[in-house]
This record gives sequence, C-alpha cells and structure tokens, in this order.
Amino acid sequence: MTRFAVKATLRATNAPTGPLGRTGARMAREAKLDGHGTWIGASVPRKEDGRMLRGSGRFVDDVERYGALHAAFVRSPYGSATVNSIDVAAATGIPGVHHVLTAADLDNPYLLAVLERDEFVPTTMPLLAESEVRHAAEPVAVVLAEDPYAAEDGAEAVEIDFTPRQAVTDLDTAPTGPNVHSGLADNCLVDLTMFDDDRLDGVLADAPLTVEAEFSSARLAALPMEGRGCLAEWDDRDGQVVLHASTQVPHQLRSGIAQALGLPESTVRVIAPDVGGGFGLKCVVGREEVVIAAAAARLRRPVKWVEDRQENLTASFHGHEQHYAVRAAFDTTGRLLGLAADIRCDVGAYSAFPFTCAVEPLMAATELPGAYKVPAYRARGRAIATNKPPTAPYRGVSRPQIVLVMERLMEKAAAALDLDPLEVRRRNLISEGEFPYTGASGITYDEGSYRESLDLAEKTVTEAGWYSERDELRAAGIPAGIGFSCFSERTAYGTPIMAQRRMGMTPGYDTAHVRMDPTGEVIVTTGTCGHGQGHETTFAQIVATRLGVHPDQVRLRQGDTDLAAYGWGTFGSRSIVIGGTSARRAADDVAAQLRRIAAHLLEVDESDVRLMHGAATVRGVPGASLEIAELARTAYFRAHTLPEGSEHGLEARGSADPPGTFSNACHTVLVTADPGTGAVRVRRYLVVEDCGVVINPLVVDGQVRGGVTQGIAAALYERIRYDGDGQPNSATLMDYLAPTASEICPIQITHLETPCPYTEDGAKGMGEGGTIGAPAAVLNAVNDALAHTGVAMDHIPVRPEDVLSSLSRPLATVGGT
Amino acid sequence: MKDVHLISLSVNGNEHELVVESRRTLADMLRHDLGYTGTHLGCEHGICGACTILLDDQPVRACLVFGVQADGCEVRTVEGLADGDQLSDLQQAFSDRHGLQCGFCTPGFLMLAEAYLSEADSSADPESVREAMASNLCRCTGYQGIVEAVCDVARSRHPAGST
Repeated sequence: MTRFAVKATLRATNAPTGPLGRTGARMAREAKLDGHGTWIGASVPRKEDGRMLRGSGRFVDDVERYGALHAAFVRSPYGSATVNSIDVAAATGIPGVHHVLTAADLDNPYLLAVLERDEFVPTTMPLLAESEVRHAAEPVAVVLAEDPYAAEDGAEAVEIDFTPRQAVTDLDTAPTGPNVHSGLADNCLVDLTMFDDDRLDGVLADAPLTVEAEFSSARLAALPMEGRGCLAEWDDRDGQVVLHASTQVPHQLRSGIAQALGLPESTVRVIAPDVGGGFGLKCVVGREEVVIAAAAARLRRPVKWVEDRQENLTASFHGHEQHYAVRAAFDTTGRLLGLAADIRCDVGAYSAFPFTCAVEPLMAATELPGAYKVPAYRARGRAIATNKPPTAPYRGVSRPQIVLVMERLMEKAAAALDLDPLEVRRRNLISEGEFPYTGASGITYDEGSYRESLDLAEKTVTEAGWYSERDELRAAGIPAGIGFSCFSERTAYGTPIMAQRRMGMTPGYDTAHVRMDPTGEVIVTTGTCGHGQGHETTFAQIVATRLGVHPDQVRLRQGDTDLAAYGWGTFGSRSIVIGGTSARRAADDVAAQLRRIAAHLLEVDESDVRLMHGAATVRGVPGASLEIAELARTAYFRAHTLPEGSEHGLEARGSADPPGTFSNACHTVLVTADPGTGAVRVRRYLVVEDCGVVINPLVVDGQVRGGVTQGIAAALYERIRYDGDGQPNSATLMDYLAPTASEICPIQITHLETPCPYTEDGAKGMGEGGTIGAPAAVLNAVNDALAHTGVAMDHIPVRPEDVLSSLSRPLATVGGT
Repeated sequence: MKDVHLISLSVNGNEHELVVESRRTLADMLRHDLGYTGTHLGCEHGICGACTILLDDQPVRACLVFGVQADGCEVRTVEGLADGDQLSDLQQAFSDRHGLQCGFCTPGFLMLAEAYLSEADSSADPESVREAMASNLCRCTGYQGIVEAVCDVARSRHPAGST
C-alpha cells in the first residue's frame, strides 16, 4: 500500500475566464503527455464522444433482431388491490398479438433481496403480480406482439378484475394503516438502532444548548434520459439467453435472472450496450428485465421491451423519501456534544434486488455525522413499506439528506448562540492533524481537506463580491441569501465495508484484465460498467500511463458478462477507484512483462527499462530503445527468442478492494427569491471539491456539474407525488419538474487534491458529490434569503408556495434560520 | 386491416419511399423503418426533446409528428451533421466543452442548436443560448458544456458585425 503525501494541495484556482467560467475547450486542446510520461490529470478528449455526436451510439432500443416480439406490460390501476381474475381472450385476438403471459404462465417467479439481519423483513417481489398488487403500475401481465403499437393495443384489451383496498401512502399513517404485506405489523421492514451511546441521554439533558428539529425530503425519480429497456434472445449455439439491457450492473442482473428463474449463471449472458444514464435506477434488477429474459428463453424468440417515460416515472424505482427527527447537543462555543436521530425512509412496497430496502436507512444511520466530530451518537433507522414502487439507491443515497440535516443543525446552533455559522462548522469539522479519524459510528476517515475547502470557498466568494451582491439585492427589495454546505462522502465501498450491511450478496471488489495484442494495442476488460462517466477515456489514461502507450491505443471492453470476470458494475462512486485501480495493477503486471522482454533483447537490467512515448528506453543508455510494438510482436510471434520459462502472451489480471475512501467538498450558492411568484433562482454556485488525484479534469468537472444540477433539482423542483389512494400524480414530465438550462447557472469548480491512501493513483470517487452537497447549500441559502421573515424551512423541495407563505408572514420577532 | 399510406421523403439528402401506418410516429419511422437510430426517444410526450429533428428546416419533436405528415418533406437528423468521421463545428464544440456525457439527449440538442444557430440573429449571449437550450432536457451535464458549445459556434459562425 502506497502512502502518499497527505497535505492537500491546491490544483487549480478555477477563476472564471469569462461569463461561463473555465473553458473546457482550452483544457482539452492542451491535453498532452507531460515530461513524466503520465496521462493522469490531463483533460484527454473523451473517446466516447465521436459516436455519440454522430448518432451512432448503440443504445438498447437501437439493437434490432429479425422477428422480435415487442412487450407491453399490463399494470395495476390501483395502489392496493386483490387480483380476482385475468382474462386475456380479447387481447390475444388483437391483430399482431402473439402471447399474453401472466405469473402462472411463468411458474410464479419472484425476486428476493436478502439482508442477513434479524431486524430485516424480506419481501418477495413477484415478477408479475399474483393474487395481490401492492402499488399502482405494478406489472400483472405482459403482452407480446409484432410491434409496440399492437402490444399496447393488446395491453388495453387485457381484462383484470380487481378488488381495490385502502392504500398506505405516507410515513405517518403507515404504522396504523392496512398491511402492505400480510402479517407485516406496523409496515416496518427494517428497524435498527445503532451506535447507542450510554452517555448520550445525559449529554442531551445537560447540554447548554439542545437543538431539536425535523427534516424531510420528497420522493424522487432518478430520471435517466434513456429509460430502462432490454432485448432478450435465445442463442441456441451457446445455449444461453442473451439479454441486452440498459443497466449499470450486468453481472448483478445476471445473478438476479439466474436466481429468479433457477438457471445456472453461465446460461445467462447480459450485455449492456451504451447506457443513457442511470443514477442508481439501473443498479438494481427490474422485474421487467427478468420477465423479458424468461419469455425469450421459453419462446426461443427475441423479445424487446423499452420502457416509456410514464412507466419510468410510475413503475420503475424511486428513492429519497425520508424524514428525520433529530436532537443535537452543543456547548456554548458551538461544539457538538451529542446527536440522536430517528430516521424513517418510505421505501415502497418491496425490497429491490440485491440492495434491499435497507440501503437508505442503513446509509443514513451509519454516516449521518459526516465531516463533523460527534462525540456521542445514536441513530434509529427504519424502512417503512407503503403502496408505492420500491426504491433503488438514487445518486447520493441518503447523503443528500444527512448533509442537509448536519448543515441545518450548524446553522441553527449558530443562530441560537449568536455565532458565525462558518465558525461553528470549523469548530466541529474533522481537521488536519486528526486524520485518520474514527468517528462515533466506527467509520475511519482517511485524509481530507474539510476545513481547507470551507476556508477556500469563503475566501473565494468574499473576494468575488457575493456578499455585497447579496446586500445590494436585498436593498433593492429582493430576498437574497448565501448558503454553504460542508461534507465528506465515503466512496468506493469495498467488500469489508459492504459486508457490514450483511446483504445476501456482498459487492465491493472488482477486477480488470489487460491484454496487449501483437501490434502493441491494448484491450482492457472490466466488471465496472460506465454509462456516461467517460470510463473508456479515463481507464485508457490510467493504463496508457503504465504501459507507455497513447490512450488512443487502449480500448475498454465493459458491460458484457461473458467478456469480463464477475464484477459489481458502476454505482456508489466506485469505478475509477476500484475498477481503475484493478486496471492499473493489471497494466503494471503487463508492463513488467514488457520490461523483461526489452531487458532480454537489449541485454540490460530489467529495472533500468522505462516504458514511455511508445518505446522502451534504458536509463543511462541513450539510444538504446525498442518500440513497444516490437516487444509485443516478439512476445507473440518470436516467443522462441525469449528465455526459457518466459510467460506466453502479454496479459494480466488485477483486482482491488479498498475499504472506502472519503472525498469531501464545500458548496456555496447565492440565491434570490421572487417576491411576486415565490420562485427561487440560483444565481451563483461554487464547488470547492477534493476527490484526491483527478484523472481527467474535464470528466470530473462534468460529473460535479451534473451532480449539482440534480441536487438543485431535489432542493427546488422535483417531487414524485401520490394521492391518498396511491395514485401517482407525477406521471409525465409536465408534472415532474426536471430542471432545464434556464434553471441552472454556471457552476464554478475549484479542486483540492488529497490523494487516496489505499490506491496507487490516489483517486477518490466523485460521481455523487455534486448531488450530495447541493440540497443543503441551496436550502441554507433560501433560509438566509428569508431570514428576515423568521421562517425556518427544513424540507425539500422548497416550493414557490412555501416561499410566498413565508414572505406574507408579518415580520417575526423571534430569530430563526 | 392496417391503415397504411405510401409516402416519400428525404432524410439527410437520401430519398426514401415507404409504406407507413397512419398512427406510426415520425420518430419510430425514422428509427425502426429507415434505420436512423441517432434520433432518440426520451419521453414520447414532447417535453424532453431528445427526438428533435429538422423538418423542412424547422425543429420538431419527432415523437409528436406522425410519419405520414413528413410525406414530401426534407428531414435532417443527427446522422447528417458530420462529414464521414469529420465532426461538424457544432459537434466538435460539444466534445471540446464536454457538452455530453451519456449521449442520449445529445442528438436532440445538436438539432435544436442547429436550428437556433441558423437564425440570423443568433448571438453568443449565454443567456439567450440558455433560454433556447431550455427546450430540451439533459440529465448528465448541468447544461454548462452545452451552452458553452453553442456560444462558441454562435461566435464562430456569426462573427461580430456579420449579423
């Protein structure tokens, strides 16, 4: 294990170069190999871009098969109901309809996600509902027809007799409402009390200041622009069902199919083509995907299903619907003394495979303290079943909420103690000299730049005139506010950390395989599965650096369970840290093989051979050089010239399984509220972030900006709504308000680099941080803008009517934040 | 008995004749009958704009137009922008500015931007570009790279004083 310098270094003060800030174009054109032979840190233009820009990417609906049947699912119109009978006669008579399948036709298969804990209640999730439906849009039958239009005609003609029941649709009424699953008292699927500290009640009773507050966040849809979808076909030659699917986790999907259908895993092949975004929605196994695989295997005919947007909003997976009741004790200087949290997550009707419905409450309870020192801590985390679709781990997974809780607590304590809220944060942040720090929940934090990022953010916005701009806006009668959020996030959860969750399948490690071909070109296969993050480029940068070749010579093969060793896919900000490190280790092995060949051919010592600029050179011997392509040719075609006992070929496998590494950031935002409409506008946004060593700044900045945009959306716009009967009221993009370019402002980014101590390249995960930090910063800014009203808002999204009602209140006499 | 029509249209300069059911959308016809799969479907109800194409030079949602309505029309799709492997200035700007990640919304944004940039009064003003690009949804980029790319091309195609 390599230990890097721990001091954070400022990488780039990302001063705006114009109205839009730093120019990615300039960065890209400057991308070139530096004198040390490394591509790490270069804004290498993305290898993925060409095909996407030409319209020749291959997404799942672009995969066509002759004679394919098209599927349309018949879904429950009720939130909760008994299924009395299903009549498919009329549907099968529709022209073009070939089959209508129900649960009985498929032998009643189901998915079962397991958590090996006594406090967990497993729920079998039928692929097609049998005698009961537990949420609106639950699939009950599937129509297979010659084209999607005929399939939808058929779906309309399937007659199902339901007896509707009272639905359970919210956290507050769930404990006393009808049982979502028979025998499930209180509708509670998980109830865990963790890290219970004997001293905490005394601390809370005796503290000079106790802050009590409740926080909530709405149900969200991940909303990748490409919905889910798959095409399954039976391959009679290989004896396999091959499923092309829009997924983040091909191997996990294969395992889910194999378990649900009772098949050996090797008889199922999952191929993820280009995937149009995932954000966590596609890191679980969907019922529809397994049904399509089952249908194709039975009918020996290709079957395609492409989710439409209404299905995506009402019938896929949601997340993010949580409530926190928190008590926090502070001393008079603003130091946090203790924290007690009661966390409830509305997880819908089933546990998604394989993560289970515990993913949100477990994450929240374990990681709530975040970047702050919490001497005494207790958390109760519950997963509450409702008659709504199940939840998947949406980008950030509970971290947006726990950061919001901690950041609001800092503000509230500062207000009560009449202290500077940033100073209160500084007094509580884990700081230089305290790393590695082990917190109350047993988490050990590797080095970070928690205080440094806050200090730099405050300095940057002060010098840029944000405070004077805010004051001028206020003087003009426009409510304006500035909000901060400080956080750290664990990324790249390896097997030891994932094992603490006690899932039936424990993800964590990953592997990569690197092979150089006889012309010196390189193929990397990995079990991670990028879907927009630019892995083809960043993995190539890592491998090219080790092998001394150009990234254009390195091709990534991912998303195919027959090509790659078992891998866990892409989620949880893991791919560059775990997959990238695996690739680096494999590449290092291949580099050693190349050096041995060069040393033999040049008759020098192996340790003096360097690989760079496409050649093997010898330290201290100018002129002694062989092209890497020549070494590759020798390895394959002139193996007889190598010493006896040499390896054959040029390939190696690498793996990585880090314990998880903490990235951190400070977000700062300036907002205004329209006194007439109540609309909040984000005017300025700064991220000071530290994800360790940046592999490709262009890619990292893109991830941050996209993440921040989703966080702003959660704070101000997006909300999946259900009525009391369990009817979805957010079934179109007219109802579910994903932000457009007009709602988002330029996002300025500054990088600090505190290398990850567990990997050779030092990168930390960074796919989720933007989404994690933004809701708290925006909510703090809105509260700052409305501070004069005395209203404190602790829920997201903040809606225009919330702003208007607070502005219409008479000026308050009590302070609130 | 299906209600079908024989139509002809030009797509990126290629002439096509085909029989199409009256209810079939232009998007499905382009993608699955003619093989122009670069046009993507993100919502099928006219909001996200991933299926934006140019129909007689006007940007339209191909999910909201029936194939038969394109009879006799000139259609331009994302496949018509590049010259072989040579990306257009707009495509290159999207790459330079990291205006795409997963790439699913990208064809719609490119065609929307083409229509915007063809307006004589297109300017490099980021606010007006943001307003124009707000027709479509992107879930990955936060729009910054898209706006920057379109501003770059607006400046290069409409140098100061030329408009």
